Amino acid sequence: MSAPVITKVDETPAITSLRRKDLLGIADLAADEITLVLDTAEAMKEIGSRPIKKVPALRGKTVVNLFFEPSTRTRTSFEIAEKRLSADTLNIAIASSSVVKGETLADTALNIEAMQPDMIVLRHSSSGACHLLSRICRSAIINAGDGMHEHPTQALLDAFTIREHKKRLQGLKVAIVGDLMHSRVLRSNIHLLTKMGADVWVCGPPTLIPTDITRSGVRATTRVDEAVADADVIMLLRIQLERMEGAFFPSLREYFNVFGMTEARLRLARPDVMIMHPGPMNRGVEISSEVADGPYSVILEQVANGVAVRMAVLYLLAGGAEHETAA
Amino acid sequence: MKRLLKGGRVIDPVNGIDGVHDVLIDGDRIAAVGRDLPVDGASVVEIPHGLVVCPGFIDMHVHLREPGQEHKETVATGTAAAVAGGFTAVACMPNTTPVNDDANVTAYILSKAAEAALARVYPIGAVSRGSKGELLADIAELKQAGCVAITDDGHPVKTAMLMRRAMEYAGMFGIPLIEHCEDPSLKGDGVAHEGYIAATLGLRGMPGACEALGVERGVLLSELTGSAFHVAHMSARASLRAVRKGKEAGVRVTCEVAPHHFTLTDEALGSPIPYDTNTKMNPPLREAADRDAMLSGIGDGSVDAIATDHAPHHYDEKKVEFDRAPFGIVGLETAVSLSLDRLVHAGLIRLPRLVELLSVNPARILGVAGGSLSAGAPADVTVIAPDLRVRIEAARFRSRSKNTPFDGWELRGGVAATFVGGRPLFVNPEAGLAV
Repeated sequence: MSAPVITKVDETPAITSLRRKDLLGIADLAADEITLVLDTAEAMKEIGSRPIKKVPALRGKTVVNLFFEPSTRTRTSFEIAEKRLSADTLNIAIASSSVVKGETLADTALNIEAMQPDMIVLRHSSSGACHLLSRICRSAIINAGDGMHEHPTQALLDAFTIREHKKRLQGLKVAIVGDLMHSRVLRSNIHLLTKMGADVWVCGPPTLIPTDITRSGVRATTRVDEAVADADVIMLLRIQLERMEGAFFPSLREYFNVFGMTEARLRLARPDVMIMHPGPMNRGVEISSEVADGPYSVILEQVANGVAVRMAVLYLLAGGAEHETAA
Repeated sequence: MKRLLKGGRVIDPVNGIDGVHDVLIDGDRIAAVGRDLPVDGASVVEIPHGLVVCPGFIDMHVHLREPGQEHKETVATGTAAAVAGGFTAVACMPNTTPVNDDANVTAYILSKAAEAALARVYPIGAVSRGSKGELLADIAELKQAGCVAITDDGHPVKTAMLMRRAMEYAGMFGIPLIEHCEDPSLKGDGVAHEGYIAATLGLRGMPGACEALGVERGVLLSELTGSAFHVAHMSARASLRAVRKGKEAGVRVTCEVAPHHFTLTDEALGSPIPYDTNTKMNPPLREAADRDAMLSGIGDGSVDAIATDHAPHHYDEKKVEFDRAPFGIVGLETAVSLSLDRLVHAGLIRLPRLVELLSVNPARILGVAGGSLSAGAPADVTVIAPDLRVRIEAARFRSRSKNTPFDGWELRGGVAATFVGGRPLFVNPEAGLAV
């Protein structure tokens, strides 16, 4: 079997595979594992630029995309990644309403397990759902977003995109602005960026800042100008309409006035600032259209890179080069 | 028949006894406590050196689940767990199906307890019909049928007005109102203590203030009505502050703390098993400052009782996502070991104080028999082995449910024997006692 060509940009990473069965969160990963994923993703990205966008790395492997929450971007991205690696893929979308009537998550997973898949990509509204599956499943579990906990592949693709532009993560000022409390993207990004030595600032209304967030090694502020001043990267997080009902803030209009990313605020950042958003965006709420569509925005690059990063994760969890040698 | 417990250290705080004594049991009553009592035809139980004879322990906060939730626990399995855990009596919460808001339900529970003939069962009636917080339950009839207190446990009493009326009304019978202290709007859909751990794990939080608001309300209403108010399963340092303040002001407020709240912190939600649903209970495991406050309250006497909030759940119900799992863990078969290990051997309290927390004070708060070895009292006796090495094995629990975060824990201190009405209902072969 021919391995995808791994081209290395900087020094060779000390490791060639992930030291784990599952990818449950960035919290568990060491810095060298993160670097390995990002380096591997560079090679994977090259595959996506070929006329024949397919390699046999996961031929004969079965990957189940088990989604309990609606998702377009993440599910599509995983599916394309799996197909480019020649895995056999299966999508199961379960509305949470049918779970209420039907079987438990554990039983659903065990039934899927009985059909001998190699990997399960899980998206679920409950924090810790992937940990539950990890304890009862033999298959590799990949977290595609669990509740408010983690969304590790999103953080990896964010880091990949930043690294492509800035050639490093160490020492960059990254400002993350929006609904911090309910965001799994935030939690994964905090783990990843602090492990890789970035200077992370988080910003939002005090009602949406998680308890003791600064214990995670980030700086927190409610003053958006302070957060974005001299920032290398500004990452916006989605503001959901229903948060008004929880009295987290009075109105979307007021939110935009106080925290929304506008061209005026952007000028406080470094001249080469990158604007990122994990999607889906609320234009005119957390980000103005001028900024979203403007020259600093890398939002669509993030989506493109998502495929390469997910290919890297799938490939490495399947055993990477070691697995292919053995096969 | 007569039975002579010979030569153990006897701790009976009510009678000022702490020393090597004999305890003579005649039928179902204590006949005498004294040095070198004559055998006089009694069957002799030699108490080995190091074991301690105490008035029977009373767990004033237990969910027996019967009627209606027998897949979790029954009166029989729950009282079997009680005696195995050193408890001669338990007070059971009214959140059964149907709710114990009716003398017939009380009578049913007591008939099941009589059938099981294990630990004594003291039912606690509901404050309101169906515990819905609208109309008062028939409190006089509940009391007459055998209820020893009222509570809408599982939830706080819905309104301050209803709580005030319930306290005034229950005050006529001298029974306390036991409150699950919580401000529902502040709790929201919280599933864990609001703090760094919940924030990191992405779990919705409920702050300690949510509990303390309920404590403050109860203390104020107890002051207003003059009726007894008891804080169930206290967990937050702000709650302890409110209780201390109330006691200083002469309010009739008492409180209990559960072993998990003086042993664990919210760190247990992330490790060793991330999102272990056996670390999910309400009130939740709180941060270290709260746990330490509970320990200090136990140490300085502000806390009146240790109660388990024994909350059995079937493993199917717990083997789900953390936020979907029911709140609660079993506690009857781990409480004494945790108390000895974490309170006595840690140097926080001495054994006589532990006996007050587990026996004297629960009896006094509920106004039930027990809590002493006085001549003529029911022969409810717990013999503990403070230095016994114990390994918690959930699979061996008598309880129908095994939902504990302490499985596999090794602790110093255990139960040697449990006598209810003079009958040895549990004898631990590892403690060296032959009955």
